[in-house]
Amino acid sequence: MYRILEKTQFSEKVFKFRIEAPEMAKHAHAGQFLMVRPNECGERVPFTFADWNAEEGWVEFIFMVVGKTTTMLSRYEEGDSLLDVTGPLGQPTEMGPGTWCVIGGGVGLAIAFPVARQLVETGHEVHAIMGARTKDLLLLEDQFRSILPEDHVHITTDDGSYGEKGVVTAPLERLLEAKAVDQVFCVGPVPMMKFSTLTAEKFDCPITASLNPIMVDGTGMCGCCRVEIAGETKFACVDGPDFDATKVDWDDLRARQAAYRTEEGQSLKAYEEANCACQR
Amino acid sequence: MPEVNGRWVADMKAPRTADNEESAEERARDFRPVDRGFTEEMAVAEAARCLRCKKPLCVEGCPVNINIPAFIEKIYEKDFGAGLDIIRESSMLPAICGRVCPQETQCEGKCIRGKKSEPVAIGQLERFLGDQPELASKPEMKPANGMKVAVIGSGPSGITCAGELARNGFDVTVFEAFFTGGGVLVYGIPEFRLPKAVVKREIDGLKEMGVKFEFNSVMGNLADAEELLGEKGFDAIYVATGAGLPKFLNIPGENLPNVFFANEYLTRVNLMKANQFPEFDTPTKHGKQVIVFGGGNVAMDAVRTAKRLGAERAIIAYRRTEDEMPARKAELHHAKAEGVEVMPLVSPLEFLKGEDGNVCGVRVQKMELGEPDESGRRRPVPIEGAIEEIPCDVAISAIGTNANPFAKKIGGMELNKWGYIVADEKTGRTSNPKIWAGGDIVTGAATVILAMGAGKAAAADMTTVLTGQE
Repeated sequence: MYRILEKTQFSEKVFKFRIEAPEMAKHAHAGQFLMVRPNECGERVPFTFADWNAEEGWVEFIFMVVGKTTTMLSRYEEGDSLLDVTGPLGQPTEMGPGTWCVIGGGVGLAIAFPVARQLVETGHEVHAIMGARTKDLLLLEDQFRSILPEDHVHITTDDGSYGEKGVVTAPLERLLEAKAVDQVFCVGPVPMMKFSTLTAEKFDCPITASLNPIMVDGTGMCGCCRVEIAGETKFACVDGPDFDATKVDWDDLRARQAAYRTEEGQSLKAYEEANCACQR
Repeated sequence: MPEVNGRWVADMKAPRTADNEESAEERARDFRPVDRGFTEEMAVAEAARCLRCKKPLCVEGCPVNINIPAFIEKIYEKDFGAGLDIIRESSMLPAICGRVCPQETQCEGKCIRGKKSEPVAIGQLERFLGDQPELASKPEMKPANGMKVAVIGSGPSGITCAGELARNGFDVTVFEAFFTGGGVLVYGIPEFRLPKAVVKREIDGLKEMGVKFEFNSVMGNLADAEELLGEKGFDAIYVATGAGLPKFLNIPGENLPNVFFANEYLTRVNLMKANQFPEFDTPTKHGKQVIVFGGGNVAMDAVRTAKRLGAERAIIAYRRTEDEMPARKAELHHAKAEGVEVMPLVSPLEFLKGEDGNVCGVRVQKMELGEPDESGRRRPVPIEGAIEEIPCDVAISAIGTNANPFAKKIGGMELNKWGYIVADEKTGRTSNPKIWAGGDIVTGAATVILAMGAGKAAAADMTTVLTGQE
């Protein structure tokens, strides 16, 4: 059992859990993830580490309420326990030399933050582009600001309710044009990653994406999370989740992400009608 | 009568006792165990068929050399506890091996009675005893020797090794990546072939012997060999992580939605109970027309699972013929009885995408058998121009597995170029004097009993080496 030490709510649908997991905290790296099975009848869901502390023995992850499992998780409180938490899984993000631009969209900001922080800690100059649909969905602004110079934090919202109106590719294009960055890391919804990649490619700038396909075991045994990279099949859980974004088949990723849309709807409906085996 | 003038005479007239099965129509609709196993009466009658050979070939055919005639004699005498004790001298998992061993190529394949009629049903008899574990004598436990061993992986090899080590006085911790123990026994082999309660009973038995289990522990990403042998204070490690990484078909369309590797398809149902969705949260696809590529047990398990999830047409497609299929003969027979269609001599060329973006069919190349290859089996060769399209809404690839990547991450020992651990066949010793290894991560995908045998052999060798008896 993995105790929830702290629960934080960022917006109506976005939460953070701090979980007691000393061994995991000792071995976690930026870019890696964990898998949660909340209870006996639960499914296994991957979440990227948002933070961890080896001395205090905890790890954190951020989630947005989108379906049954995340709805149920949002009702867990401090002191409750998750039945199974497995990790760290996947490869740590590789952090080569040069100036970096870290792009996070929506909940992807939670994954982008530890990458940005580790880059800063290892002596890199870092720009962050923070994207959200609206101001309320913008995560971790204070945390990003606490590690980066003011003019290195670029904020965009789709509706213009905060920061610059529009999407993350506008500030990215400006940075690339000014030759201010050597390397891009992006994480967020598929369209955001796809268009960031097209922008980076235009300037011949290397770009890495952290992919988020559906997973079952997370240890390379099933291949549910497979993605096509330069025409080759790779397993995101053991070969990734980070890949050279210019080589990713985005349509394939999107199609596979959507494979269980109908079932996801059924599951949430059954939960709301209290028909699941271990109702919470 | 088997005893004549105090001398054993086998019942030569009795035919092999038929398996005690659920009817095919009933069982193909749910996940209940297909084979109910022998009743006491059936077991005793079958035991009477054994010739009690002086040089029993069946024992040679068993990878761990169980004293088969001896336990069968005890069954005939209705001294079931004593029979079980005899098996447990060689094998700790009779309830599992009796169910899943390919007996026709092992013990029963060698049985002398099989030459003229049918072999003794050794697997069924072993299982009959294995299902009554309460009759066995308590294992003799050596006093604690103060040494700690880490076992990585809780599949058949890991749990066998752990049990033997615990009996030899070691303090044993098993590290398992999943949330429950058993490896392929829980995620791979379905309930209708191996009830999960049987596996749980074995794991619980180990816990009673003092073996500790650390679940959700992905070794290599958590502690590696250096840390386990260093700050964690283990005196030795047994690595039994298995070979679970699926092999690709490497054909177009392989990544379309509703094209599965068998491991995913089986894990969703066996481990995550997707057949009970939405009561359980993990979904799966209930294909109406399902095609499975492969001819091994995994392919059989997948196609029979598909049938139980409601497939109207469930096809097992294999590039050779039925005779060359490596699956257990009993499972092929069960599958066919349940209405599974066998499509021999085809090889997939491409998965086709339907209007909804999901797989809607597969193009296959028809084959014929040519000259024998290195393995002595006739090689399938394509018949030029003979290409066919088969409609399907779920396609499953079950053509085998590779070494999983965690042996490399655990580190500290030599691997071969395919990522398998280099280890001595008899002792399990690796290039590192503190690390032993066995099971599929050494041999490649093989059988439960071989994995178990390797665990047992390694435990014996570790005991000799670590307690300085060498």
